[in-house]
Amino acid sequence: MAEVLVLVEHANGEVKKVTAELLTAAARLGTPAAVWAGPGAEGGRARLAEFGAAKVYAADSADFADYVTAPKAELLAQLAASASPAAILVAGTTEGKEVAGRLAVKTGAGVLTDVIDVEAGPDGAPVASHANFGGSVFVHAKVKGGFPIIALRPNSVAPQAASGDATLEPVSFTASDAAKSARVTAHEVAEKSARPDLSEAQIVVSGGRGTGSADGFHVIEELADALGAAVGASRAVTDAGWYPHAFQVGQTGKTVSPQLYAAVGISGAIQHRAGMQTSKTIIAINKDPEAPIFEIADFGVVGDLFTVVPQLIEEIGKRKG
Amino acid sequence: MNIVVLVKQVPDTESERRLVPGAGTLDRAAADGVINYIDEFAIEAGLQIAEAEGGEVTILSVGPGKALDSIRKALQMGAHKGVHVLDDQIAGSDALATSAVLAAALSKLEFDLVIAGSESTDARAGVVPAMLAERLGLPQLTLASKVDVAGGAVTVRRMSEDGFDVVEAPLPAVVSVVEKTNEPRYPSFKGIMAAKKKPVQSLSLSDLGLAADGIGLGGSLTEVADFEPAPPRAAGVIVKDEGEGGTAVASFLAERKFI
Ligand SMILES: Cc1cc2nc3c(=O)[nH]c(=O)nc-3n(C[C@H](O)[C@H](O)[C@H](O)COP(=O)(O)OP(=O)(O)OC[C@H]3O[C@@H](n4cnc5c(N)ncnc54)[C@H](O)[C@@H]3O)c2cc1C
Ligand SMILES: Nc1ncnc2c1ncn2[C@@H]1O[C@H](COP(=O)(O)O)[C@@H](O)[C@H]1O
Repeated sequence: MAEVLVLVEHANGEVKKVTAELLTAAARLGTPAAVWAGPGAEGGRARLAEFGAAKVYAADSADFADYVTAPKAELLAQLAASASPAAILVAGTTEGKEVAGRLAVKTGAGVLTDVIDVEAGPDGAPVASHANFGGSVFVHAKVKGGFPIIALRPNSVAPQAASGDATLEPVSFTASDAAKSARVTAHEVAEKSARPDLSEAQIVVSGGRGTGSADGFHVIEELADALGAAVGASRAVTDAGWYPHAFQVGQTGKTVSPQLYAAVGISGAIQHRAGMQTSKTIIAINKDPEAPIFEIADFGVVGDLFTVVPQLIEEIGKRKG
Repeated sequence: MNIVVLVKQVPDTESERRLVPGAGTLDRAAADGVINYIDEFAIEAGLQIAEAEGGEVTILSVGPGKALDSIRKALQMGAHKGVHVLDDQIAGSDALATSAVLAAALSKLEFDLVIAGSESTDARAGVVPAMLAERLGLPQLTLASKVDVAGGAVTVRRMSEDGFDVVEAPLPAVVSVVEKTNEPRYPSFKGIMAAKKKPVQSLSLSDLGLAADGIGLGGSLTEVADFEPAPPRAAGVIVKDEGEGGTAVASFLAERKFI
């Protein structure tokens, strides 16, 4: 079986969850081979083995962190030439998509972004699914000839444990001068909250204009903490400056597909739904029974969030306690 | 400092969007077109830099006849001239093909800086600026929430998964900006009048010296196998809070094993 290359997402030596999802998807198309860009592959091997990586191509170079996206695309292009993969999978993060785009130009391969599922089609060739127009249409796409480059949206495929050897294969790699034209001169990590990452979280609690103020928005954080969830916000909230823009969910914000999405004081405008409609379970709390969010909610409460949410938090505490 | 701003016309998300049966591409004729919302921040960024450094802002758009409306709006905001790449053979192009057309058009223009939006609301691809940097062999300074130009170099604050990076490169370069980088201006009455006299050059694929293979629906490397409406979500349970709303949510969450 041909290899399927998976670009590993890692930070501080830790393999990110989306990588497990990518390896699971890769196994449906061929033999998963992880690609580790940067130092630390040895430390990440065990985790990659747990999700079925047969091999780990490791290119230990500082260039991946020092220059924007181009070195990663070069590494994948180099491996694509030597491994003749059936597909190349990257995380559908903003950076992952850029790597995919550059790689497509380099290799002349077709690129499918914002993919929510991958399967082998009847002829064995990969078929990727997208949820278009805010999740109202499912489109199944493929590439003509050659291998596809697929950017898979985090949290779309459930990771499955599978054992692999994760044999380490050091790769010699030097970034070209052209790939080193945009230099990263500083890297600032946003204050790390104890909460899970918005795009990877199993549960997301989002607040909207109904919270009324930055102060009122605290109740969203409290509910998120009671559920071990990430916090999201509608654009009305980020526009007002009640919560940072990095947490905006929707068409021009993050796209999330958690197991559970709670929309609190959010009307459910089409642009907001575009970022959360593929969530597995949706609950809504809103005082307006006509709010469009109720059309897609599995469970909804028509009521004032400032009475419903505190009661919910208390109830969660009781049930946990 | 000559700046090219890339502007895409997209279907208004408020209007109904549908796919062309058979092709599975967006039915652009069926939807009202508007400037891709994030591109307004790119236009504003371009105008501000040109105002500070001197030079002209050219709007470049690849799209059907209607895309001219979006170019006009950018000219009303203050851009100096427009270039519209218009050719029936472009219809149905995917991101890779579109980036080939944009790159060919850019190689005919003189510029120090290309500014794009970070993502288009219809494609949600966020790949065109990176593809352009790769095609043109220029530095990629994308996902910028802040752009500074000084002394022949550009510095941006790039949004990353866990914070931000400061990225620096010599000009010429390709930049993309994210939402809320600035406050896009509204066209003034004077701007609207002035825009009527601003030149917009229309170019075809043959003007760009591009062969049609590799472009358009047939030339794109990606294709839609089929599509279907998303399965309707089963109607949910909606209750009115009469003092037990929070408890009702907790029971639902417990039933679904979230707590
Ligand atoms: C090009 C474009 C891109 C956009 N991108 C995004 C995006 O990425 N993300 C996004 O979210 N939006 C986006 N929008 C904006 C979107 O159209 C809506 O304006 C926005 O989502 C509204 O936010 P909201 O639901 O919080 O506010 P509103 O629509 O004002 O809704 C507030 C809701 O709170 C309820 N409420 C008020 N008080 C209470 C209370 N005490 N208890 C319970 N409920 C209460 C109200 O009944 C109402 O339903 C975009 C718009 C455009 C044009
Ligand atoms: N057809 C086009 N014409 C002009 N600019 C475009 C076109 N397509 C994409 N762009 C630019 O590339 C950015 C990102 O688009 P995308 O990669 O399609 O999400 C947009 O915000 C535009 O600035």
